Amino acid sequence: MSPTKLNLKDKYKLLTRDLDWEFSYEDRQEAFPYEEFEGIKITDWDKWEDPFRLTMDAYWKYQAEKEKKLYAIYDAFSQNNGHTNVTDARYVNAIKLFLTGVSPGEHAAHLGFAFTGRQMGGIGARVAAQMQSIDELRHIQTQIHAMSHYNKFFDGFDEFNHMHDRVWYLSVPKSFFEDARTAGPFEFMVAIGFSFEYVLTNLLFVPFMSGAAYNGDMATVTFGFSAQSDEARHMTLGLEIIKFLLEQHEDNVPIVQKWLDKWLWRGYRLLTLVAMMMDYMLPQKFMSWQEAWELYFEDAGGALFKDLERYGIKMPDYTETIKQEKEHLSHQAWWTFYQYTHAAAFHTWTPSSDEMDWLSEKYPNTFDKYYRPRWELAAEMEAKGERFYTTGLPQLCQTCQIPMMFTEVDDPSQVAYRESVYNDERFHFCSDPCKSIFDNEPEKYVHAWLPVHQILQGNCGGGGLDKVIEYYHLDNGAANLEFEGSPDAERWKQWKGVA
Amino acid sequence: MTVQALRNDYHGDFKDSVDKFGGAQLVYIGWDKHQLFCSSRAFPLLPTMTFQELLDNVMPEAFSQHPEFGRVVWERAEWILDNQSFQPDHSKTLAELGIGHKSVLRLVTPNLTGYKGADV
Ligand SMILES: [Fe+2]
Ligand SMILES: [Fe+2]
Ligand SMILES: [Zn+2]
Repeated sequence: MSPTKLNLKDKYKLLTRDLDWEFSYEDRQEAFPYEEFEGIKITDWDKWEDPFRLTMDAYWKYQAEKEKKLYAIYDAFSQNNGHTNVTDARYVNAIKLFLTGVSPGEHAAHLGFAFTGRQMGGIGARVAAQMQSIDELRHIQTQIHAMSHYNKFFDGFDEFNHMHDRVWYLSVPKSFFEDARTAGPFEFMVAIGFSFEYVLTNLLFVPFMSGAAYNGDMATVTFGFSAQSDEARHMTLGLEIIKFLLEQHEDNVPIVQKWLDKWLWRGYRLLTLVAMMMDYMLPQKFMSWQEAWELYFEDAGGALFKDLERYGIKMPDYTETIKQEKEHLSHQAWWTFYQYTHAAAFHTWTPSSDEMDWLSEKYPNTFDKYYRPRWELAAEMEAKGERFYTTGLPQLCQTCQIPMMFTEVDDPSQVAYRESVYNDERFHFCSDPCKSIFDNEPEKYVHAWLPVHQILQGNCGGGGLDKVIEYYHLDNGAANLEFEGSPDAERWKQWKGVA
Repeated sequence: MTVQALRNDYHGDFKDSVDKFGGAQLVYIGWDKHQLFCSSRAFPLLPTMTFQELLDNVMPEAFSQHPEFGRVVWERAEWILDNQSFQPDHSKTLAELGIGHKSVLRLVTPNLTGYKGADV
């Protein structure tokens, strides 16, 4: 008998839901030991609606086709010396930030979804999470390949993996994902699957991909297109998990609300890096951080939360705080990196007078009043041959691990300080939400590996800044420091025939 | 609940307790409304150091890059220690003054308004 060809419906059933089985001699609770400790109640996994009707064989076929096209373009990009077509060598620092700060997050997401793809009790949810896990692995691989061409011509790329576990600002994304991955499967799904991939994803990927398009970086643009259909699936999975949890049991509502409050804040704090990239690092800018926040969070997120209201979910209380911060965030972040760039794997610079005018126009309430004077002072110091690099090491927030550079919401001239005492030990925070995240679960944050404290304990190469830079595998004098006069800048001038 | 964990007795060790700093304690020092420095900074200091020694040795290291640093009149400077206003006796040690591990010490100079009067 010749093998019969299955119709789509049967095939779908066999390759997804049918992969599960009834447990006759093993205890289901032992097979899924992480399903209950978070307090989430699942009454019926059969109510799970598969967010996308994709079987594994179809998945492999699509992904393989996408890869083939992607790598053909990478090859062409290399052969045509695509790196010389970007707007300016300063642009490349944005993708150094991407490779060091974002790509390892793809890998962390891969591990996290592999965990939930094993631990959730429902087969539909498991299959979807497993596909996302493989997507995320593909993302980090294709990103590394996209950047590998730049690595041949610019400093700061080659040790991204080594740096991820060590460098002070990279502990921000690293600890963000580790916080999520050390939670239970449902918190992870709400943290990364929903809050990050659904609510905030447009504030991460659109800025980097549009930034690449506006600045002639075809390799990164092509990666972005190739990831787009994956991201669409990730978004539907994120939305399904939230609806499923809220519909399964009313006791889940306050738990999910607490997670949303936590993870939207943590994700937002992480996006500080994107804010400064958009406003300061792109030679050709396409939109301000404030505009992006209004479009993708206030408008789109607002509509989403309206939709979730019927489950009893509300917008986190601190969204007013974020509204105030949107006019300050990027300026404070770039100022911080500007003065600590001796310990960073990318270059910084003072904005040009044209760029300052753009910033004044985009931030009429804040730039001239609070931030232009900083850049004027920086320029004065630079003119005297004293380019400003700050001494010492910053105080970090125990929760988000960002230097405590954020100002009071009602007083942008004053840095905010928040503190908690837990078991007779003081802990410090950048903001009320970071403090309340800690206060809710102090045991999760007391053993945070804060880079500054580790340096001062002698755990990062021993004494002196030089040792720390060595420990970071930071190519001192090449990968770090001011952009003007850097080897990157000098090579660029040579290629462009500028003296 | 102090953490959502599989084991109720889960405990994360304090990574930054005072015993891990070789006899020193961490003190965070900031200068209010002087945002040339993006944040307070962390200094490992001996608890036996006097406040005067801190003024003479630590403050210049921390803040002398600021154009207004030379104009600070230390006798008239105001201080905030761990969110409380604070009048230190300069001859006393940090320990005697209650400046402990992970204390935040803030210098306040109301007459100095920063570069161009912009709190920079
Ligand atoms: Fe991804
Ligand atoms: Fe994704
Ligand atoms: Zn924080």
